Amino acid sequence: MAFPHRPDAPELPDFSMLKRLARDQLIYLLEQQHEVDKLYKVENKPALSSSLVNADKLAGRTRKYKVIFSPQKFYACEMVLEEEGIYGDVSCDEWAFSLLPLDVDLLSMELPEFFRDYFLEGDQRWINTVAQALHLLSTLYGPFPNCYGIGRCAKMAYELWRNLEEEEDGETKGRRPEIGHIFLLDRDVDFVTALCSQVVYEGLVDDTFRIKCGKCHGPLLGTSHMAGLVFNEIRNEHFSNVFGFLSQKARNLQAQYDRRRGMDIKQMKNFVSQELKGLKQEHRLLSLHIGACESIMKKKTKQDFQELIKTEHALLEGFNIRESTSYIEEHIDRQVSPIESLRLMCLLSITENGDARCSLDTHYGPEHLLTFSNLRRAGLLTEQAPGDTLTAVESKVSKLVTDKAAGKITDAFSSLAKRSNFRAISKKLNLIPRVDGEYDLKVPRDMAYVFSGAYVPLSCRIIEQVLERRSWQGLDEVVRLLNCSDFAFTDMTKEDKASSESLRLILVVFLGGCTFSEISALRFLGREKGYRFIFLTTAVTNSARLMEAMSEVKA
Amino acid sequence: MNRTKGDEEEYWNSSKFKAFTFDDEDDELSQLKESKRAVNSLRDFVDDDDDDDDLERVSWSGEPVGSRTRPGSFQSLSDALSDTPAKSYAPELGRPKGEYRDYSNDWSPSDTVRRLRKGKVCSLERFRSLQDKLQLLEEAVSMHDGNVITAVLIFLKRTLSKEILFRELEVRQVALRHLIHFLKEIGDQKLLLDLFRFLDRTEELALSHYREHLNIRDPDKRKEFLKTCIGLPFSAEDSAHIQDHYTLLERQIIIEANDRHLESAGQTEIFRKHPRKASILNMPLVTTLFYSCFYHYTEAEGTFSSPINLKKTFKIPDKQYVLTALAARAKLRAWNDVDALFTTKNWLGYTKKRAPIGFHRVVEILHKNNAPVQILQEYVNLVEDVDTKLNLATKFKCHDVVIDTCRDLKDRQQLLAYRSKVDKGSAEEEKIDALLSSSQIRWKN
Repeated sequence: MAFPHRPDAPELPDFSMLKRLARDQLIYLLEQQHEVDKLYKVENKPALSSSLVNADKLAGRTRKYKVIFSPQKFYACEMVLEEEGIYGDVSCDEWAFSLLPLDVDLLSMELPEFFRDYFLEGDQRWINTVAQALHLLSTLYGPFPNCYGIGRCAKMAYELWRNLEEEEDGETKGRRPEIGHIFLLDRDVDFVTALCSQVVYEGLVDDTFRIKCGKCHGPLLGTSHMAGLVFNEIRNEHFSNVFGFLSQKARNLQAQYDRRRGMDIKQMKNFVSQELKGLKQEHRLLSLHIGACESIMKKKTKQDFQELIKTEHALLEGFNIRESTSYIEEHIDRQVSPIESLRLMCLLSITENGDARCSLDTHYGPEHLLTFSNLRRAGLLTEQAPGDTLTAVESKVSKLVTDKAAGKITDAFSSLAKRSNFRAISKKLNLIPRVDGEYDLKVPRDMAYVFSGAYVPLSCRIIEQVLERRSWQGLDEVVRLLNCSDFAFTDMTKEDKASSESLRLILVVFLGGCTFSEISALRFLGREKGYRFIFLTTAVTNSARLMEAMSEVKA
Repeated sequence: MNRTKGDEEEYWNSSKFKAFTFDDEDDELSQLKESKRAVNSLRDFVDDDDDDDDLERVSWSGEPVGSRTRPGSFQSLSDALSDTPAKSYAPELGRPKGEYRDYSNDWSPSDTVRRLRKGKVCSLERFRSLQDKLQLLEEAVSMHDGNVITAVLIFLKRTLSKEILFRELEVRQVALRHLIHFLKEIGDQKLLLDLFRFLDRTEELALSHYREHLNIRDPDKRKEFLKTCIGLPFSAEDSAHIQDHYTLLERQIIIEANDRHLESAGQTEIFRKHPRKASILNMPLVTTLFYSCFYHYTEAEGTFSSPINLKKTFKIPDKQYVLTALAARAKLRAWNDVDALFTTKNWLGYTKKRAPIGFHRVVEILHKNNAPVQILQEYVNLVEDVDTKLNLATKFKCHDVVIDTCRDLKDRQQLLAYRSKVDKGSAEEEKIDALLSSSQIRWKN
């Protein structure tokens, strides 16, 4: 049940170095200050800090101020400091802590704002941050002989990174690469996967409780680390396997505890000093997870999870669209959760290439008007091209428009959003597996297990195919349908130096976020093919976060 | 810095230090154009506090003295050293071949952009001609770093009239996007709207203006503001929504004032029994409808707070109306009102129950509000689809419905199975037994 590692799996590089480096830098920055009076944590707006300083000035207090920007200082911030007249009073530093190891194979840049800044506003401010992070990684772990990518942002990040590397020419010359491949992709190459409900354990926990920085914040779990023995074994598992696993563990635990019955004093002493602590720890973790599962089950039954998943699968497969559409309509009517409703509408829109503009704003408030416009700009709600004939499906979708909005949907939108070709792509890449009989979730046969066998994540499939071919050959049609640009570079001089082991290590860079489902799927792929994936993401994301990033609730 | 020994070795043995040779002809040195110029300058043209710090901390023996590395990148140490002004510890680096150029005009657009990318304070004042400015912008865009693009735009915004700026950005999409985002972030609403007007992006103009309402706390002021949004060039659909938003807030203000008065007067029963938890201001339409169905259900159409008025004014579809009214009355356990919602009289005077939403939904909502079994039973009976009916009846323990349905389906097995679920000796058990032993029914199993 638990996914064992292959004995021949390549070893991962040690990423704990990143933490040490960052910590050292921060310590250094802070040590520069003597007699630190107060330490404020200011988020986002530089205006806040300026009001702080000006308030002090007015009160006649003279202080020295230091602003530590993390991970990067922006010129716009400096401008504000200058305009507020406090530029001279404040000294600025950068703490470029941009890589947080969340797991042995998962590095996060903790930049959830990346998604909105780039994919909605078109602001490329974080591209340099990404390039710097890549540069750091290549400095520490050797150059990457093979680089692949897809998406505009990936291309830009790659180019900027190459620029950095060239300026540092010789930095990594002659070093042995530790990681053989790097793959960059944009989130908008595959929105569908990010919009789906997750059913692998870690994904489900994230969807239900929100995991932040590797810790879970929830009323039940409190703030507990998701890493840990019990958790590691089940986190990539399909949820259906989790209960069985946990109950087995519980039984084992009970058996261990029971051993004490037959013990004499000496054995008991030994037991207490050596084993008890470990058992108690395991017990605690176990009850934590059992509690989490119960909570998830309760929540999901309430939300009629079955029905929801069925609808999602129908949308992915392209069957029963009418039923799915009416389910979504009901979901909106029921006012269960605006975020969920938005997500479903986007999923419908992208998979069906139609628009499901409907009565959402009357239900949830006019601020959704702005959210809708954001979703369209980002391409999460696609529009019908004006020339299209209204198929039966599309006319069903148009019926979701409220009574009063009699006008045609097509008239209403600006043509910024790009078309989605999900069905065609899905066919070409075989994203919907053909199943004879039941799909065995205990012994998954392909990456589709992360969505209960219904769908192979598009992003993962693309990575799989490119790695297999070591290029984009034969994938032109797919790339064309994705409406993206791709690239691939192999530096033979570096490749020659790479060990066969390092050539089985792949660094995947998700620009805009990646989900636990994708991580699980690629870990599975790795086990299948003898690779090992390392994940670098601007942030771990899920459907709720994606929707929230697009929401306009408060300016 | 607490570096591990391994790090130290690597760091000091890396090729970085080739840059510290004194050899003019060294190719790597020639790449560090900035360092040459900096050292050659007679004036401390670039005021870099950072760099001052740096150079104090690196002694020439190569030993780091509480050394500082620019975050995340080993490149910056050389930068730091290379930017030393006159009082440098760095060795005298050879003059660039040939020219001695004045420091202030030395940096080409591409060099400037590269400096900006590294986070250096950079004076852009020297780029005075429009051509130079645009070239700088072009370099910034081709570098892809949004921070740099924005930095250049800040400069252009300051030194170009808005007409010229707009005209030039109109054909430069990437830069344009950055300017728009920048203006949004610093809240320069005026310039942003001017920009949209210039670009003839009427819808974005309208949306951008509308967005401001989120910043207005005071309900009356917000209402006035919304009024100004009506008639802006929104899409047809959006225009209608904006109008509604205004009207709704207008009504809410009136309702809120009235209800607050009623509540404090303490004479109205509904407010005494169910004190309001929050104000109705700025709530979505459906929440407002729910509130109205809860507190003002019986009011005539004429008042702003009556549900019928809301339905008519905002053209709320039947489905939504019924759902909401049901939820509100069920919460109050007003079963008669629930009944009335679904009862229609046909032309013969017979009453019939109909619902624009499926009765299974009605049952769910009733159950959620702990409706008594008799009520639930009545509505479960109305569910059309037999399987759903049976499921719901079983789920909610509506025994009679289960029994009757099994009878209708002639499903003996299921009836038998259900017998164990009812209480011993109950009327239901008797009923089941009676049916099971009935000779009139042709059971199918």
